[in-house]
Amino acid sequence: METLKAQKKEEKKKTSMRITGAEAIIHCLLEEGVNLIYGYPGGAIMPVYDELYKFQDKLTHILTRHEQGATHAAQGFARVTGKVGVAMATSGPGATNLVTGLADAQIDSTPMVCITGQVPRHLLGSDAFQETDIVGISTPVTKWNYQITKASEIPEIMAKAFYIARSGRPGPVLIDITKNAQFDELDFAYEKCTGVRSYKPVPQPDMKAIEKAAELINKAKKPYIVFGQGVILGEAEVQLKALVEKAGIPAAWTILGLSALDTEHPMNVGMVGMHGNYGPNVLTNECDVLLAIGMRFDDRVTGSLDTYAKQAKIIHFEIDPAEVNKNVNADVAVMGNAKQTLELLLPLVNENEHKEWRAEFDKKYKIEFDTVIEKDIHPTKEGLTMGEVIEQINLASDQKAVIVTDVGQHQMITCRYAKFRQSKSNITSGGLGTMGFALPAAIGAKMGAMDREVVAVIGDGGYQMTIQELGVIFQHNVPVKIVVLNNEHLGMVRQWQELFFESRYASTVMTNPDFVKIAEGYHIKSRRVEKREDLTEAVQEMMSSKDPYFLEVRVEKEDNVFPMIPSGASVADIRLK
Amino acid sequence: MEKQWYTISVYSENNVGLLNRISGIFLKRHINIESLNVSKSEIENVSKFTIVINTTEDWTRKIVNQIEKQIEVIKAFYHTDDETIYQESALFKIASHLLFDERQIQNIIKESKSQIVTVNREFFVLAKTGRRHEIDEMHEALEPYGIMQFVRSGRIAVTKAAMPISEILAEFQD
Ligand SMILES: Cc1ncc(C[n+]2csc(CCOP(=O)(O)OP(=O)(O)O)c2C)c(N)n1
Repeated sequence: METLKAQKKEEKKKTSMRITGAEAIIHCLLEEGVNLIYGYPGGAIMPVYDELYKFQDKLTHILTRHEQGATHAAQGFARVTGKVGVAMATSGPGATNLVTGLADAQIDSTPMVCITGQVPRHLLGSDAFQETDIVGISTPVTKWNYQITKASEIPEIMAKAFYIARSGRPGPVLIDITKNAQFDELDFAYEKCTGVRSYKPVPQPDMKAIEKAAELINKAKKPYIVFGQGVILGEAEVQLKALVEKAGIPAAWTILGLSALDTEHPMNVGMVGMHGNYGPNVLTNECDVLLAIGMRFDDRVTGSLDTYAKQAKIIHFEIDPAEVNKNVNADVAVMGNAKQTLELLLPLVNENEHKEWRAEFDKKYKIEFDTVIEKDIHPTKEGLTMGEVIEQINLASDQKAVIVTDVGQHQMITCRYAKFRQSKSNITSGGLGTMGFALPAAIGAKMGAMDREVVAVIGDGGYQMTIQELGVIFQHNVPVKIVVLNNEHLGMVRQWQELFFESRYASTVMTNPDFVKIAEGYHIKSRRVEKREDLTEAVQEMMSSKDPYFLEVRVEKEDNVFPMIPSGASVADIRLK
Repeated sequence: MEKQWYTISVYSENNVGLLNRISGIFLKRHINIESLNVSKSEIENVSKFTIVINTTEDWTRKIVNQIEKQIEVIKAFYHTDDETIYQESALFKIASHLLFDERQIQNIIKESKSQIVTVNREFFVLAKTGRRHEIDEMHEALEPYGIMQFVRSGRIAVTKAAMPISEILAEFQD
């Protein structure tokens, strides 16, 4: 053992090279397979930018127009590829601008590494120019963070950062690097991190729990699956589908689980949660066994916990021990990576169809279709609806596009009506609900999946939070398709004001600029649709464009999203109008 | 669920930022840390945090899960008072002339089983180790005579049951 270690060290020495910390950072990124990063330069990170200049043939740096955009672009990239997204910023304001993206990645378990410059070590704690305690600030919103103050620390810490970001339940890591550590030299040799002593990313599956789960499933008359992003992050799509088909279990999804199972799969019964489908919510309180797979019982999914699935035995498939019994107590907790645990479960479950139970969902769907869906996607009123726009995107994209949404009514409508055939296709800010997410995330998604169409669907409010990223789309000709559903309101907040604050529209009415002209200012092809008869053709034109394309659709100003579980109400009390 | 005292023991890698991470977990849930002690542990290069809170078992369990989730945390446990042997320490600084002027003070010292750490012309210092209520009683007894300075440490505790940290560390290494 000892000799082996010594040998390894010896080898390391042989292959090491004497370089600066700044150059070492580039080599670390390359070693981790990174060839695309997003960021914004400034004083404290300039040595690294100087190296980026020298390495530009190997490593592309995209200058976003705001550091927040860099984080969301890195997230979009990570969500479509499953790889770690990387964002870089300078100290002080550059670093603080990353915080929203870090928080978003933390709550939505997105693998991301953020690198920030920091004032030189000897100035730390002196309130130096652009000094900010970003390690302190980012602690609650990172899976791990660390400040490097010596060049020699760089390879090991960077390797650890990537390992922690992508392993187990993924998440964001921030590495803050003082300027002296960028300038100083080190003997560089890279070794990928394969483990951290105090960190166990994936719990060992317990066969007893799996057997217990199978027993419950086999006895169940009304089993029901609700799956989340754990299926996507764990790459368990095939196993989920196999389980659904073999055991004949109706399956619904959280908005982060959307696209893990073909939307049109006969056992896919739709969306749970506040604006989810009627059947999946109401029948949560009628199933006898609830399989929660890679989801964490977020309050927007469960409504009131006191009345959530009380009649059901709950089987929780989960990778993160802290999520078990956090919101909903599990009768059986199946710990581990979903792919692994479902694979172990599959041979133990009996074939079944549960036809009658499945038919319950159809009955409920019929009710929802008649009261809500029909009017949303085939409206007869004059104003355009968000739903019909999404329906046109489904048609024009043949359900093959990656769809990126912002936050608000358009997000809920898109998740409700968008159709997907492929996993990792629905990119949205779920846990944090970050307005401004979609435009930069769509840039990252497109650059991560150049062979796929990427459509960003955004509200007129959120669009203006990161609208400057049109600069990236223009400069690099990133062929994303941008659809702004303009209702001239902060629609979702306005809806709540209408329903719960007697229509007092406090600060939710917006006078908007000419969005088409703005897009034109960035030389992006653009078009506005105000009438139904132009919609199909406009969406087709957009989808067939080889270049970036901006489409503004003027939609009804005061439409509401239904069904809806008012906050604090039970899933069973979901309102259809 | 009923609130009671819980002692949380956290075994961790030595790390500068970890205290911030751990205290944030309590802060976020508005749970007051009644006492906190950080020291080395029985294992080389492994630190031990001893944290005392008064809350329900459900909250304690959730907090311990969140603590354990932090990368540098090796293992976290929680125990009730019955399951641990625990102590606190306190120092009392008192004016020296009282030793002669107030005869009762000598009795208090004797009965309290405290130690005199130092004596000089102006003051003497008493050290007392014990349960919190014992220290409180001593404080109460001395207070009428005037205490120049008083300080009490956080709780330190060991569990009656074994803490298999070495085994856990070995498991991590696999
Ligand atoms: C950064 C941020 N600020 C505020 C909110 C609260 N919020 C949620 S939805 C919403 C309205 C969004 O309006 P718009 O972007 O026009 O989309 P719409 O709901 O009209 O589709 C607001 C303000 C938020 N989610 N994120």
